[in-house]
Amino acid sequence: MSKAIPHGDIGRPASVVTEGSRVRWLLIGTAIAFLALFLVLPLVTVFVQAFAKGWEAYLAAFTEQDAHAAIRLTLIVAAIAVPFNVVFGIMASWAIAKFEFAGKNLLVTLIDLPFSVSPVVSGLIYVLVFGAQGLIGPWLIEHDIQIIFAVPGIVLATIFVTFPFVARQLIPLMQEQGTAEEEAALTLGASGWHAFRTVTLPNIRWGLLYSVLLCNARAMGEFGAVSVVSGHIRGLTNTLPLHVEILYNEYNFVASFAVASLLAGLALVTLAVKSGLEWRYSADIAAGARGH
Amino acid sequence: MTGSTAIRVENLSKTFDTAAVLHDFTLDVRAGELLALLGPSGSGKTTLLRIIAGLDFPDAGRIVFGAEDATKLPVQQRAVGFVFQHYALFKHMSVADNIAYGLNARKRSERPAKAEITRRVGDLLDLIKLSGFADRYPSQLSGGQRQRIALARALAVEPRVLLLDEPFGALDAQVRKDLRRWLREIHDRTGQTTIFVTHDQDEALELSDRVAVLDKGRLEQVGTPDEVQEAPVSATVLKFLGDTIEVEAIAQAGEVRVDGQLTPVVAPAGLVGPVKLYARPWQLQFAEADRAHLHGTVRSSYRTQGRQRIEVDRPGGKTVVVEASDTARLAAGLPVGLRIVGGHVFPN
Repeated sequence: MSKAIPHGDIGRPASVVTEGSRVRWLLIGTAIAFLALFLVLPLVTVFVQAFAKGWEAYLAAFTEQDAHAAIRLTLIVAAIAVPFNVVFGIMASWAIAKFEFAGKNLLVTLIDLPFSVSPVVSGLIYVLVFGAQGLIGPWLIEHDIQIIFAVPGIVLATIFVTFPFVARQLIPLMQEQGTAEEEAALTLGASGWHAFRTVTLPNIRWGLLYSVLLCNARAMGEFGAVSVVSGHIRGLTNTLPLHVEILYNEYNFVASFAVASLLAGLALVTLAVKSGLEWRYSADIAAGARGH
Repeated sequence: MTGSTAIRVENLSKTFDTAAVLHDFTLDVRAGELLALLGPSGSGKTTLLRIIAGLDFPDAGRIVFGAEDATKLPVQQRAVGFVFQHYALFKHMSVADNIAYGLNARKRSERPAKAEITRRVGDLLDLIKLSGFADRYPSQLSGGQRQRIALARALAVEPRVLLLDEPFGALDAQVRKDLRRWLREIHDRTGQTTIFVTHDQDEALELSDRVAVLDKGRLEQVGTPDEVQEAPVSATVLKFLGDTIEVEAIAQAGEVRVDGQLTPVVAPAGLVGPVKLYARPWQLQFAEADRAHLHGTVRSSYRTQGRQRIEVDRPGGKTVVVEASDTARLAAGLPVGLRIVGGHVFPN
C-alpha cells in the first residue's frame, strides 16, 4: 500500500487554509491598528473637539440661525432626493431584473456611473448645463428659473450622487427572486399593480429599507457635488456638510465640530440600524432560499 | 363528463429569438379530461402550457376556450389555474392567505365576503388534506405539502382549466408517486379539465386520460395511454415512451424478417424493403440458436423489482437490454440467442 499521509506537526494550525499563529496575530493586529488610526481616532476627535469648551458651547452651535437653516435644507434635500431614488431605483431594478431588452448592460453600467465619477465632476456637469453660461442657462434666466446656486441644483446634484444605492441593492435581489411569484399572482387574476403591491414589494422590503438607509446617509452627508452647485449662500444654500466647512474656515472649531458631530451621529445610527437590518434581511434571504 | 372541446389550440407557432419552439401546433383538449403533454426538454411543452395560460403569446395561431377566442385575452381574464414546478408560493403569506390570494385580488364588487373566503379556504385545505396548516408559512412545509398548497391556491379561483407545469419535477421519487395518485383522485372528484406537462413517461401514462406526445415543437401523437403504447405513430413516440431495442429488418408483404428469420411483427401495408424494428426489453426472449433472431454474449445482469435485466453484447458492438423473469442468473460471457416476440417497424 502507499505510504500514509503524514500527520500535521504539533503547533500546526488545524486547517490548511489558516496561517501560523504569529502571522495570524500580525495580520489581525495590523487591521485593528489601521482601523483605530484612520477611523476610530478621527471619530473620537470629532466629539472631543465638539465638547472642548463644554456642553453650552456645543449647544450654542445649534441655536444659530444659519445652523437651523442648514439642518432644514439638509432635511428638505434628503426628503426629495431619497423618495425620488426609491421610485427610480425600484423601476430600474424591475426593468433590469424582470425584462430582457437591448441596452440592458449599458443601463446597468450607467447606474454605476455616479459611483465611479468624482462628485466634483457631477456638480460641475450641472453647472455646465444649468449655469448662467451653461447649455440652457440663458433660457432659464429668461424665464426666471434659478437652479444653480439654489435649492433645485442642490437637490439635483444629491439625486445624481445617490441614485445607485437603491438600484444596486435591488437588482441582484430581484434577479434572484425571478418572476414566478408575480406570474402566479397574475394567473390568479391580480392586476399588475396589485401583484406589485402584494407580492413584489413584500419580497424586497428588507433590501429596500436597507438601501433607503444608506441612500439617506449619503444624501445628508454629500459634500463635493453639492459644494459646486450650492454657491455657499449662508442661511439659503448651505447644507450641513457645507456649514461645517464654513465654520471651520472661520476658525470656529467648536461649532464646526459640534455640527460635524451631528453628521457623525447620523452615521453611527445608520450603521447600527444597518447591522440590525442586515441581520434581519439575511434571515429573510435564507427563508427565500428555503422557499425554493 | 369527458366529451366536448374545452380548449382548442389552433395552428400555433412560436419562435424565441431565432429558434422555433412550436410549429403549426393544433390540439383539442376535451372538457373534464386529464391530458398529459409529454416530451423531452426543448419539445415546446412548457411554452405551449404558458401560451394557453396567457403567460406567453404566440406568433401565429389561436387559442379558443369553449366558443371564445382567448388568443389576445390577458392572463388575468383567462380564469386558468397555473401550478408552477417550483410552486411559486408567496413566501411572506400564510398558507390561508396564499390560497385566498385569487379571491382577495378580485374587484370589491366580485369579491366573496370574508366569511365565505374563510370557508372556501377551509374546504380546499380539507381537499388537499392539510387542514390545520392554515397559519403555517411556506418555508415551514415540505416540498410535497407546498405543491398541494399551490394546487389549492389555483383551484380556489374555480378556473376553467388547471395547468400544471412539471408539477412533481422537484420532488423525490416516493413523494412523486403519492402525489400522482392523489392528483388523480382530486381530478376524479372535481372533474376539473386539467393539462399537465411532464417529461416522465410513467407519470404521463399512469395519470392521464390522454397523452399528447410532443417532439421539437410538433405534436407527434395524441391518444389514450393504451393507444400511444400499442400503436405509436412514429419511432420518436415509441422511443420516447420507454426503453427500446433497435434492429435492422427487412419488410415484405406485411412480413418482417430479421437475419432471414420471420418475426411475429406485422409491417403496415406499403412498407417494403429495409426497415427498423423496435422492440421493448420484454419483447425479447432467450431462445435456441436456430430459432433466434439475434445472437450475442451476456455482458452483465441486474435485478430490479422482481425482474432481471440482462445486457447482451451483439456482434458489431451494439448492446441490447433484455428483460426476463428473475430466475436463473446468467453468467457474463455466456453466448445467447434472442427471439423477437413483438415490436413495431418504421421506415429507416
